[in-house]
Amino acid sequence: MKFTLRVWRQRDAAAAGAMTTYEVDGVSADMSFLEMLDHLNERLILSGDTPVAFDHDCREGICGACGVVINGQAHGPERTTACQLHMRHFRDGDTIDVEPWRAEAFPVVRDLVVDRSAFDRVIASGGYVSVPTGSAPEAHATPVPKAAADLAFDHAACIGCGACVAACPNGSAMLFTAAKVVHLNALPQGAPERESRVLDMVDTMDAQGFGGCTNTGECATACPKGIPLSAIGTLNREYLRATVKGRGNRD
Amino acid sequence: MTDYTAYGVGDPVADTKAPDGPIAERWDRRRFEAKLVNPANRRKHTVIVVGTGLAGGAAGATLAEQGYRVVQFCYQDSPRRAHSIAAQGGINAAKNYRNDGDSVHRLFYDTVKGGDFRARESNVHRLAQISLQIIDQCVAQGVPFAREYGGLLDTRSFGGVQVSRTFYARGQTGQQLLLGAYQALSRQIDAGTVEMHPRTEMLDLVVVDGRARGVVARDLVTGRVDTYFADAVVLASGGYGNVFYLSTNAKNSNATAVWRAHRRGALFANPCFTQIHPTCIPRSGDHQSKLTLMSESLRNDGRIWVPVAKGDTRPPNEIPEDERDYYLERMYPSFGNLVPRDIASRAAKNVCDEGRGVGPGGQGVYLDFADAIRRMGRAAVDAKYGNLFEMYERITAEDPYQVPMRIYPAIHYTMGGLWVDYDLQTTVPGLFAIGEANFSDHGANRLGASALMQGLADGYFVLPATINDYLARHPHDEVLADHPAAVAVVAEVTARLDRLLAVDGDRTPDSFHRELGELLWDECGMARNEAGLRKALGRIPELREEFWRRVKVPGTGAELNQSLEKANRIVDYLELAELTCLDALHRTESCGGHFREESQTPDGEAARRDELFSYTAAWEFTGTGRPPVLHKEDLVFEHVHPTQRSYT
Amino acid sequence: MALATRTQHAQHPQHPPSLLGSLWRSTVGKKAVMAVTGLIMLAYLVAHMIGNLKIFFGPGEFDHYAHWLRTIGGPVLHYEWFLWILRVVLVAAVVLHGVAAYQLSRRDLAARPVKYARPRARTSYATRTMRWGGVILGLFVVWHILDLTTLTVNPNAQHGHPYANVVASFDRWYVAAFYIAAMLALGLHIRHGFWSAAQTLGANSPRRDRAFKAAANALAALLTVGFVSVPVAVLTGIVS
Ligand SMILES: Cc1cc2nc3c(=O)[nH]c(=O)nc-3n(C[C@H](O)[C@H](O)[C@H](O)COP(=O)(O)OP(=O)(O)OC[C@H]3O[C@@H](n4cnc5c(N)ncnc54)[C@H](O)[C@@H]3O)c2cc1C
Ligand code: HEM
Ligand code: SF4
Ligand code: FES
Repeated sequence: MKFTLRVWRQRDAAAAGAMTTYEVDGVSADMSFLEMLDHLNERLILSGDTPVAFDHDCREGICGACGVVINGQAHGPERTTACQLHMRHFRDGDTIDVEPWRAEAFPVVRDLVVDRSAFDRVIASGGYVSVPTGSAPEAHATPVPKAAADLAFDHAACIGCGACVAACPNGSAMLFTAAKVVHLNALPQGAPERESRVLDMVDTMDAQGFGGCTNTGECATACPKGIPLSAIGTLNREYLRATVKGRGNRD
Repeated sequence: MTDYTAYGVGDPVADTKAPDGPIAERWDRRRFEAKLVNPANRRKHTVIVVGTGLAGGAAGATLAEQGYRVVQFCYQDSPRRAHSIAAQGGINAAKNYRNDGDSVHRLFYDTVKGGDFRARESNVHRLAQISLQIIDQCVAQGVPFAREYGGLLDTRSFGGVQVSRTFYARGQTGQQLLLGAYQALSRQIDAGTVEMHPRTEMLDLVVVDGRARGVVARDLVTGRVDTYFADAVVLASGGYGNVFYLSTNAKNSNATAVWRAHRRGALFANPCFTQIHPTCIPRSGDHQSKLTLMSESLRNDGRIWVPVAKGDTRPPNEIPEDERDYYLERMYPSFGNLVPRDIASRAAKNVCDEGRGVGPGGQGVYLDFADAIRRMGRAAVDAKYGNLFEMYERITAEDPYQVPMRIYPAIHYTMGGLWVDYDLQTTVPGLFAIGEANFSDHGANRLGASALMQGLADGYFVLPATINDYLARHPHDEVLADHPAAVAVVAEVTARLDRLLAVDGDRTPDSFHRELGELLWDECGMARNEAGLRKALGRIPELREEFWRRVKVPGTGAELNQSLEKANRIVDYLELAELTCLDALHRTESCGGHFREESQTPDGEAARRDELFSYTAAWEFTGTGRPPVLHKEDLVFEHVHPTQRSYT
Repeated sequence: MALATRTQHAQHPQHPPSLLGSLWRSTVGKKAVMAVTGLIMLAYLVAHMIGNLKIFFGPGEFDHYAHWLRTIGGPVLHYEWFLWILRVVLVAAVVLHGVAAYQLSRRDLAARPVKYARPRARTSYATRTMRWGGVILGLFVVWHILDLTTLTVNPNAQHGHPYANVVASFDRWYVAAFYIAAMLALGLHIRHGFWSAAQTLGANSPRRDRAFKAAANALAALLTVGFVSVPVAVLTGIVS
């Protein structure tokens, strides 16, 4: 297969970027999107060009490192990560636009690489259960209803890729934040910090420069792990509940 | 040039830290005998942790909770993305919730036996003991393990053991455990007790006065090379499976941290003990960048076969029953498709070598669910394997309900690693290695669902207890950035990077990695023999030489430069590969994941040679391409008597 | 000792502000304010629309109804007190809603400064027109008050004779057209807004989602048809 790629090239955070056009030939339908970029890069290196920088690691759709906007869609046309998207989903001869996640809170580092550390700060502000090593009770001391465990898992499946932010017209991180809040607040283990968690995480989320939610649902449509939009509803409920209850046990 | 294979044999190494006495009491004794650091003094001590996988994430969080100052690194943009995230199957623990006869002793026994009697009993017993606490800890963190309707934890049996001791979180156990550790670590980052450096790669170790005192690391965004000092350094940098280029490891998993430590004096143990996983999706072409693992559970209901005839290119559905060879069922009637990983892998290789492999390049065998669908019904198959089928279809565009899956073995895990004692300390004082980076607990073969257990045991419980002893014995004293030892290491690192950039040849870094990987896979993969290993040992130095002459690394060192990162890792692979082959060459027995064709039983099974090889081979570095020195650690089995495996 | 636990988050004041204050500080809280004020306006509009339909029963009944509105709550409340309370509440709602919408929109636009080369919107028209639709509604409200409450721009402008005022206003086709357009905007705004409010206030759940969407559509349709029926009736001479 043969494609015309229009790829965002930007030398570093400070530099201006631009879409640059490349013709790539000899692409196999079995290649993943990232393997297609590898293929392009091998050629660029040999021709004395700089290869396109992009984040990736597991290439199995689980680490959340990869992520590019393909033809205006985060992770491209299929509901999966860019590393698990195969070229057979494109038509031979297509022109494909490849851009980095766009959001004020995710500054471009280089080419298709962005800085998602804002996500880490959201988690660090409350996305955990405070249980120092060694202090845990016996695992069966607290049974967890299967429904709660399943709900928690569904939301814990978030890979922190940032597609939700990239797809959102407001650059909002609500789906990501909600996924963690729902995961931990659904479990008895998360109950003691239920209020402080949601208040702190939302505060941090706002402080990182993400936009607000207008319930457009673009995030859930783009999410490769199927985190449902209802998570945001639950986040809102938890937040309002915590606000009404008072700032809770946050220190 | 000296012959690399003319290695010397040095003094034996001994694990001086493991207490003797009844095995079940050793860990308690060691913890009691270990010196403690006064809590008020802990924040004066800095510990560097390289890696944020299960081992590193758990260690960083726990050390910080104890009051130490932690400086931590990972090459990903976030600590949450460490390769541990990809583990699917589950984590073992001897909880015996099923009341099916499991116990700490049985887990200990299974692990030693599964490791084909090449692991240290004391370590393995401690691992089995700690397994209980790991589950408690993770549950308390909110790890959403699978549960029964009664609200209690569900378990399954895994990897051919007879008890049901594997805890799991759907097919994403590693992810959930890692997120638990990451969240605990994040809490400490927020508290200011852990200074986290993501996108920063350790490129060398700083040894001052014989003790590990820091690392030299490169900021992958700006290219800045800096020195970081500490009172102790912990490597939790994962395994080296990517030396084979194609493996199930994350693309950027690498051996640089351990190899650089090895070059600075840490012995490297059993590099040839690598594990191959039988059920991976075969490569689809030369573009293949990594291999994807399919859960082993597929072998519970799928039947593995190849055509009887060589070069049979008919579509599988047109091959009649009597022209199919269900070779595992034929060769191992009692275990059938459920034989251990290494046996299943080797059998697949053999039929493919005979020219009976299927799919592109003949590198694959069928894993057929037609019978299972007939027997259980499509709905039942879907309920059990639906997500795996989906994953397979996404990657291959073939529907496993219609056409049998194709699978092929792939490198998956490395049992070898830095040699450590019972305290998980390497032979460089103050340098510790935990998780897959060390060699400690799995001997020559790792049981399924035991790597996660070991990573977390090391990180949450073992290292935080043992490192106290070291720190207590070495009161903090400052090293300054202009210490000649540190300055020299920085100079070496920058010189190496500059040299890579300066070659400006005509081959890409990947092309070398691919070539090295193929060579290693062919000669030091599922089956090894002297001729092949010698061939590889002849070729590797040539490849290394060619690499330094022809590699082309574009760009500069002062920017995000992924080609430079790759090339720099390949430098280390080119040396590690050589040691791996030498280790495989020297061990003229078969054991666990290491199969020497010269050492097999008449019916083709691995034959261990305990009288000669009941030891850990710990290698000392003497210079690139120069013969290393072998230090043996004799293995003593007091509790589990070595037996020969048999699956026929 | 020396166990590091959670840190005090620097940005939180030790003594948190009032409930509204703390809501106003965060995007989630501010959105909740919008949802509540939106729902207050919505509830008012439902009542308003039902009242409007009285116009089909002739000037007597309609004007009487308008008069009755001023006597609600009596004798406890003085004449027109209820109406004034309602007006205050509504003005507060409109102001809070509008200011929150403005502030959040500014923030949202700043959070996504760069557009994609090939943008792809996959959401409904209603969702994408909330901001513009809201602005149209805001302008409409101002005009609507000037027209039928203060009668500043009404061609008839007779206090106490709303029927005649309405007919006089809608007799001009362009006024009726503007009104109808605004009501269509209202329909769209409610269509996304009602469901959105349920989501914002955490009342939504996967089980109730479809019901809320259906209710939003029904409300939107009902309000639009109900409001639009009046100018249409005037233009077609059913009401004159
Ligand atoms: C596909 C797959 C499935 C698996 N399934 C299972 C299973 O079901 N059960 C099981 O028990 N085991 C399983 N394993 C094995 C298990 O996942 C690993 O052995 C284990 O997770 C290793 O953890 P670790 O903490 O040692 O290292 P890793 O998770 O590999 O982490 C390494 C860390 O070190 C960092 N790092 C590496 N080098 C450097 C450097 N030079 N500078 C800075 N940072 C560096 C990385 O950024 C990373 O944070 C599986 C493995 C694979 C590949
Ligand atoms: C006149 C009657 C109005 C009603 C009944 C109304 C109702 C609503 C409701 C219920 C919401 C949903 C709140 C949420 O998402 O949680 C909403 C959202 C919104 N409204 Fe209004 N509103 C009205 C007027 C206005 C006006 C005058 C403006 C403009 C200043 C406006 C702008 C917005 C905006 C921007 C949103 C958010 C859009 C979104 O959620 O996507 N609205 N409105
Ligand atoms: S919610 Fe979905 S899209 Fe957002 S970070 Fe998590 S996995 Fe990615
Ligand atoms: S590379 Fe890990 S999710 Fe794509």
